[in-house]
Amino acid sequence: MNDFIDAFLNAEIAVAAAPILWMGFQQTLMLAALTVPLGLAAGFGFALLSTRRERWIRWPLMAVIDVFRAIPPLVLLILLYAGLPFAGLDLGAWGAVALAFLLNTGAYYAEILRAGIESVPKGQHEAARALGLRRWQVWVFVVLPQAVRNVLPDLIGNTLEVVKLTSIASVVALPELLFQARQAQSVTFNATPILVAAVAYFVLLWPFVRLLSRLENRQLAARR
Amino acid sequence: MTGWDGFAFSFLNARVAADYWPKILEGLGVTVALAVLIIAAGLALGLGLAVLRCLGLRMLDWAIIFVVDLFRALPPLVLIVLIYFGLPAAGIGFSGFWATWLALTLVLMAFAEEIFWGSICAVPKGQWEAGRAIGLRFLPTLRLIVLPQALRIAIPPLTNRTIAITKGTALGSVVAVAEILGAAQSGMAFSGNPTPLMLGAMAYLLLFLPVVIAGRWVETRFAWRR
Repeated sequence: MNDFIDAFLNAEIAVAAAPILWMGFQQTLMLAALTVPLGLAAGFGFALLSTRRERWIRWPLMAVIDVFRAIPPLVLLILLYAGLPFAGLDLGAWGAVALAFLLNTGAYYAEILRAGIESVPKGQHEAARALGLRRWQVWVFVVLPQAVRNVLPDLIGNTLEVVKLTSIASVVALPELLFQARQAQSVTFNATPILVAAVAYFVLLWPFVRLLSRLENRQLAARR
Repeated sequence: MTGWDGFAFSFLNARVAADYWPKILEGLGVTVALAVLIIAAGLALGLGLAVLRCLGLRMLDWAIIFVVDLFRALPPLVLIVLIYFGLPAAGIGFSGFWATWLALTLVLMAFAEEIFWGSICAVPKGQWEAGRAIGLRFLPTLRLIVLPQALRIAIPPLTNRTIAITKGTALGSVVAVAEILGAAQSGMAFSGNPTPLMLGAMAYLLLFLPVVIAGRWVETRFAWRR
């Protein structure tokens, strides 16, 4: 038991590692602040395009979305980070992470938003047009607010996944929370920093998990 | 070398591809084995926890909710690293393969419990009462009446979640599992050429693109009448 406490709940090491873990935590928050809006923007773009009637736009777009949903994000990230320099294009850790998340989470957000847009009855569109709203006004004031509301639990759920996924940036040496924790662990030969990092993730994300759980149950119950 | 030749030499190099495709294929086998083990254990545990929650014991419910929340809030990679680098210090060693399996199984268990439980709750209460009224005990009511209806509701979200978590097997490469990504990365390191990485990406597409497309189909096929 003492060995366990020594290896996992070592107060001395937790205190010593706290400053760099705090730096990592801030980087994780910055990553989230970068990747969530990027993914959402790409998702809105893809989703709006995929509601077009022209098949030559819709089908290739669906194919691209499916490809990026099929490739594990870590594979995409490593392909961009370690592969692209061979083509003479070095994005650096931040660039590779930004592009990988744009493509991966953009594809997921696009699928969710497309489902949301399709859930808004066509009559809403027609009624808004009949009232004299311009095309963009129809989208911004009538269709999208209802679409987003209908898929809100999925949007929050995906956002939670994106924030958790920022931990893969540690693999390309971006100094976020998990990376710093592993650095501290390899210097001290002690797992306490990783446990502290896990607790930090949990404290950060638990409120969102609770909220999501409530929203999801309400959604399932409403389906009766 | 001109642009295209250089690109082809780097990314679609036939000689490198010929050397390393057997490794990637072995990696594909490891990925599939890992995925099957995760899905089997994760779904079974998730269903088990959801059934336990049907008993309505308050302390047990709280414990289950906490465990589920925990594994929904922690990033899978953090769990893998914690199990792989952390537990040996406590005297429990896991190989990279089993550390990845355990972490992703726990994550799938948590998400599956949440989906199963939500679906069971979505089955009208009258179905329970009718089952009990015709003389069925608790478990037969659950198994014969409630679960078949709940599963129908659970299948679309469960399919998508299972695909997403199965893709997490790529995280195993971080703890030296020679699955597709791990094999591709060591191939790239040995050959100094990213062609193995391209092969790996193609292997993932081969494996997951049909599943993603099938997931789309399942979503429309099982859509609850709305």
